[in-house]
Amino acid sequence: MFETISKKFQEVTRKLFSPAHLTEKNIEQGLQEIRTALLDADVNYKVAKDFIDKIKTKAVGVEVLKSISPAQQIVKIVYDELKDLMGPVDHSIHTSTGSVTVIMMVGLQGSGKTTTCAKFARYLREKHSYKPLLVAADIQRPAAIEQLTILGQSLEIPVFSNPALTPPKICQESLRYAKEKGNDLVILDTAGRLHIDEELMKEVGYIKALAKPDNIFLVTDAMTGQDAVNSAQEFNARLDIDGVILTKLDGDARGGAALSIKAVTGKPIKFIGVGEKLDKLEEFHPERMASRILGMGDVVSLVEKAQAVINEEEALEMQQKLLDASFTLQDFLNQFQMIKKMGNIQDLLGMLPGGLGVQFQNMPIQDKEFAKVEAIISSMTLEERKNPDVLDGRRRIRVAKGSGTSIEQVNHLLKQFREMRNMMRNLGSGRMGGMLGSMLGKIPGMGEFLNPHNSSAQNQKRRT
Amino acid sequence: MFWKKSLDKLKNALEKTRKILTTDVKDLFKIGRKIDDAFLEKLEETFIMADVGVSTTQKFLAKVKAAYKNKEITDQEEIREFLKKTLKEILVQKENSLNVSKDIPTVILVVGVNGCGKTTSIAKLAYYLSEQKKKVFLAASDTFRAAAIEQLDKWAQRVNVTLIRQASGSDPAAVAFDALEAAIARKADFLIVDTAGRLHNQKNLMEELSKIHRVIKKKLPEAPHEVLLVLDATTGQNALAQAKMFKEAVEVTGIFLSKLDGSAKGGVVLAIQNQIEIPVKFVGLGEQYEDIEPFQVERFIDALMN
Repeated sequence: MFETISKKFQEVTRKLFSPAHLTEKNIEQGLQEIRTALLDADVNYKVAKDFIDKIKTKAVGVEVLKSISPAQQIVKIVYDELKDLMGPVDHSIHTSTGSVTVIMMVGLQGSGKTTTCAKFARYLREKHSYKPLLVAADIQRPAAIEQLTILGQSLEIPVFSNPALTPPKICQESLRYAKEKGNDLVILDTAGRLHIDEELMKEVGYIKALAKPDNIFLVTDAMTGQDAVNSAQEFNARLDIDGVILTKLDGDARGGAALSIKAVTGKPIKFIGVGEKLDKLEEFHPERMASRILGMGDVVSLVEKAQAVINEEEALEMQQKLLDASFTLQDFLNQFQMIKKMGNIQDLLGMLPGGLGVQFQNMPIQDKEFAKVEAIISSMTLEERKNPDVLDGRRRIRVAKGSGTSIEQVNHLLKQFREMRNMMRNLGSGRMGGMLGSMLGKIPGMGEFLNPHNSSAQNQKRRT
Repeated sequence: MFWKKSLDKLKNALEKTRKILTTDVKDLFKIGRKIDDAFLEKLEETFIMADVGVSTTQKFLAKVKAAYKNKEITDQEEIREFLKKTLKEILVQKENSLNVSKDIPTVILVVGVNGCGKTTSIAKLAYYLSEQKKKVFLAASDTFRAAAIEQLDKWAQRVNVTLIRQASGSDPAAVAFDALEAAIARKADFLIVDTAGRLHNQKNLMEELSKIHRVIKKKLPEAPHEVLLVLDATTGQNALAQAKMFKEAVEVTGIFLSKLDGSAKGGVVLAIQNQIEIPVKFVGLGEQYEDIEPFQVERFIDALMN
């Protein structure tokens, strides 16, 4: 996993800083990558195809902004398009003109309907002060009624059911019951059913006719593959659904189904389930989903941030310095500060592609190490920064004292710097992307994240 | 008859897969086109739509291309046979029958993400084994989800097997341990351990699962003899991540492919087979307990292709 991160990070930085011009080939390449990303995210084949075609038309003729690579430009176009396709989202629900608003939940088996019903009841109670009644209309699955009853109890929300009746009758009956008990919201938990099961699909149509729901939500598992379009289409054709609730997004599925469903039914994803606990229901945000599906993290905002802080002339100058190996500790410090300007390291890692960055957000990333490096270099004279070779033992002790670090740490940094400079010399082409990538690798603390295998191997060595 | 009935079911269930695969493929062959880009694109579509995934599909296409280039395949019928053979190569598995211990009980640990159909699949498995005159015990180690124990209890009654349970919220490993003791003492042939659904990226929950595995092993060192990952056939590429992570946590030995009676193709098992090498052992084909079928490569492919 770490390898992937490292690779992706380098890829991203390479793309970020490689000067390039928009060519047809570049577009094609970019689009191929995007296509694979979409398919890997389970976006339906045909939807992905249409989407790519659309992007192609959009991308061609678009003027490429200076200092942006074609790949970035395309990612941005794709991202915007994805966002627009899935949004905008209206998180309100249709209210009844009568006294009881009815919400009907439908979906395949195991999509998470029952849990979502309970979460939704809680959400609407908190957010809109409804007095919900949950209705267990799933008499098919063993203990489904018990499940909803237990969930209702834990939320102190009443649950209505009557296993002696048919599901349509239960729903009809529940409306009367709600009026009687003063509940102004009814949520119908229907049995999971296959969209190709004619009999059960008829039944759900019958429930709709009797209960006249103001809202019908299709509950869909975010891990669903290509088949998502088939079930969504069928449920929508039969019931004219109002929206979709996408569940299990706390998993690592990229959730391409969200795009597919919107594309084929025109119905928006409105809410998402993000955990097993009953408060884990959130409003759906297309922009977050767009970057999740793309699997390119928040590359877009990374690009924007980078653009804001990196002056192209400075970059060129740096590149030249690298090429003729006049790169000094002062430059090293400047690079550090540039990275810092892009946000703290934690944030930066959070923008890593593939949702992987999220994994790092709770890790103690070593901003402290950065501070140390900064302190060490700042404690040097300008002459020392330019020519580290003059740093003899006494000077090093002074620097260590001045920066509040140890002589070992000073030595370590100097060694790293030398290694880095050597590597830069060998880099030949000296592209900025390569440089930043390698630099990150050389930054204390970062190396472990970019090359964890090496460092763990070292650790093992140490132990033996 | 059970066999006949389930055979029909499997056929029906695979009907759509077959339709997609064969009508498309047949159409292609009918035209008698050369293997050109359009042909490959159509083939790609067919496989991707079946959830086989980009990388496995591309490997597959490369094989077709190479075979065509080497003139191993030239006409329609040859391509059909080649497709079958290639599918089989990917799906080939040395052991796709249930691992059964020499000494009783054989312990089967059943794991999977939320909503994949674990409990129903366990009922099917219990029925399938009871039909073979085996004494089956179930352990209700899903002590987390509301009414999970009740659900399993109802199935146990319907299938007529013994359920070992504790109160909701008990330690799942302790339930498994007690059930194993009971199964040993009462000479059960099989003990099937249900576990709570969990998403494979939830570290703590996966650790809990490993603990159940360890506790079973502690009591019976060679157990669990089989760790079945229940995989919803409608799942897309995330199934790969599921297979990887569950295998890491509890050494998954087989896949129970559930919900194959829908219109999903379950093609991701090809990718799993190709990349992680966990054999598919059973398929689930409906909501009733008899809707179970041992997975058989030959038949799966035949149903797929013919």
